[in-house]
Amino acid sequence: MSAPGWVICQYCDALYRARALAPAQLARCASCRAVLGRGGRLDAGRLLALTVAAGIVFVIANASPVITLSAHGQFNHATLLQAVAAMLRGSDAAIGVMVGVTLFVVPLLQIALLAWVLAFARLRRRAPAFVPAMRVLQLIHPWSMTEVLLLGVLVAIVKLSASLSVITGAGTYAIVALTLLITLIAKRDTAALWELGGR
Amino acid sequence: MKVARARDFGLIGCRTCGLANVAAAGSCRRCGTPLAARKPASIGRTWALLLAALLLYIPANVLPVMYTSSLGTGSSSTILGGVVDFWHAGSWGIALVIFVASVAVPTVKFLVIGTLLVSSQRCSSWARLQRTQLYRAIEFIGYWSMLDVIVVALVCSLVQFQFIGTAEPRVGIVFFGLAVVLTMLAAMSFDPRLIWDAPAARRMGEG
Ligand SMILES: [Zn+2]
Ligand SMILES: [Zn+2]
Repeated sequence: MSAPGWVICQYCDALYRARALAPAQLARCASCRAVLGRGGRLDAGRLLALTVAAGIVFVIANASPVITLSAHGQFNHATLLQAVAAMLRGSDAAIGVMVGVTLFVVPLLQIALLAWVLAFARLRRRAPAFVPAMRVLQLIHPWSMTEVLLLGVLVAIVKLSASLSVITGAGTYAIVALTLLITLIAKRDTAALWELGGR
Repeated sequence: MKVARARDFGLIGCRTCGLANVAAAGSCRRCGTPLAARKPASIGRTWALLLAALLLYIPANVLPVMYTSSLGTGSSSTILGGVVDFWHAGSWGIALVIFVASVAVPTVKFLVIGTLLVSSQRCSSWARLQRTQLYRAIEFIGYWSMLDVIVVALVCSLVQFQFIGTAEPRVGIVFFGLAVVLTMLAAMSFDPRLIWDAPAARRMGEG
């Protein structure tokens, strides 16, 4: 049994009557000021386009070197996956797991699951396995760290350019674009997707 | 203004989809998630995770996080040592960023979660709004502490030159990364609704 017409704050358990919100209107909890809901429709088509773009940029960001170093005629470059693989093989497996999960596995899952759910939402339908997909998206959300990678790349460039010459390339810019796109899609409020269809 | 609490009306907000459910239902009507009025054993779990994180944070700061060798001479650096190196090299901005991410944010997280735990255990009604806002803030900033782990991973996979120099991670960074993961888990296991519970509600609930 559910209680339709009620909204409950996740942070303080405050109970409110559900109200229709105007587009761009924000409902805030009166006692703890958490955001309870946003007005306006979720534009699944636009969000899906951004998700597909994120998927393409994700491939570029992982296929091309993040940073290339040169020193006395020697060149060294690392893609994200090479860095992770090298750590997993060596004695630094724990770091490899942390970096691999937060920078590769989680963003990939976010893009894939969002694309799956949104592709059906665009047709006003619930995707097969909608509930597990939404549950996984919620579970992995705090562990997505592409924006930290962007800052990490900047720090590494400053650190290394003191003694070596640092070359940036497509992979570097792809991380900038991926950070923007992931912020646009994965940090968005997808609560409206639950309104689709029945169970 | 007096705000009604869902628990007093026998309602539970689903933690997965947010739907208001009748508490007696057992699982959410819309998504099937089992319903719990509060996260189970929230305070005990959060204390355990917080203390474990604090314990790991000590070797994370004492032990070296990276070893660099160039032209036959090698040196190890700790987290704070790395900040000092950037500062001396004139990169004050980067020194500040790493200091905030690796030292300030974890310290603030330890203090905030500790304060939230103690005040919730006492069912304190002090600064409930501000405590909830602090909780949301640490939820939001916590993961930036992984910065140093990512920098060490990048630098060590790049600096692999014969003769010129190499960089290798050291065990301190593993302790540091695990400490950050544990503080994130601690923040997730804390139930911010406990901040708002009155003592009577706590006795009837799970505590
Ligand atoms: Zn609230
Ligand atoms: Zn639900």
